[in-house]
Amino acid sequence: MESLTLNHFLTLSAVLFSLGVFGVMTRRNAVVVLMGIELMLNSANINLIAFSRYNGNMDGQMLAIFVIVLAAAEAAVALAIILNLYSNYNTVNLDEVDQLKE
Amino acid sequence: MEVAIFWLLAVIIIASAAATVFSKNIIYSAFSLLFSFLGVAGIYAMLSADFLAVTQIMVYVGGILTLILFGVMLTNRITMMSLKTDVFNFIPGLTIAAVMLAGLLYVIWVTGTWASDSPAAWDTTVETIGTLTITRFLLPFEVVAILLLIAVVGASFIARKDKQKIQS
Repeated sequence: MESLTLNHFLTLSAVLFSLGVFGVMTRRNAVVVLMGIELMLNSANINLIAFSRYNGNMDGQMLAIFVIVLAAAEAAVALAIILNLYSNYNTVNLDEVDQLKE
Repeated sequence: MEVAIFWLLAVIIIASAAATVFSKNIIYSAFSLLFSFLGVAGIYAMLSADFLAVTQIMVYVGGILTLILFGVMLTNRITMMSLKTDVFNFIPGLTIAAVMLAGLLYVIWVTGTWASDSPAAWDTTVETIGTLTITRFLLPFEVVAILLLIAVVGASFIARKDKQKIQS
């Protein structure tokens, strides 16, 4: 059985990223779009940590920690915006939200 | 053994991510996202990033996923069974995702020239991460702490109810 290489992890993260892009592009519901963005951030993190592991260098892991923090902040702000959209439009369908001002 | 665990985790991650993206029911999407996050935590542990694996479980599964579930519950009228969301732009989205995947795989497998022999695994990363946080990454650490504070204050400011709307 062959052993694990860096390419295994990079391929996994490429597939995960493409699924996230697909979710962001094709879903109407804003919450599911947010889930797609989280998938993409996760795949970027897999890349960072895999390179960090195979280079024997810790910097990638530190960057991944910052990415996780930013993902948490982004999720909080995005959900606040989505709740506001819902109270103004009574929907979270992104193609029905087409006005900047009431 | 290691390879078998990797493929198991990869199948879990990809299958549940696909379920997240393709499922019509938003609750199913949220719960399959849970398995995707747990699988990614397993991948972190395989890459000898133990601290990050625990952080992933605590922040993503304990924090972000709970937040997303709150978002699902607060923005859908559950009594009206409007939990279904439809997929649109199916063909263009699939095309762009497939082209992007092909490009990434081409770069990874054909033009990538990085070394792929793995150095010895670290014992534990916690001590090194702690040292790096207060030496080399001190400024980004402080900046990100302030950013998190601003994001939380801003989020609660945006999401609060309007006073006039409550009174009327």
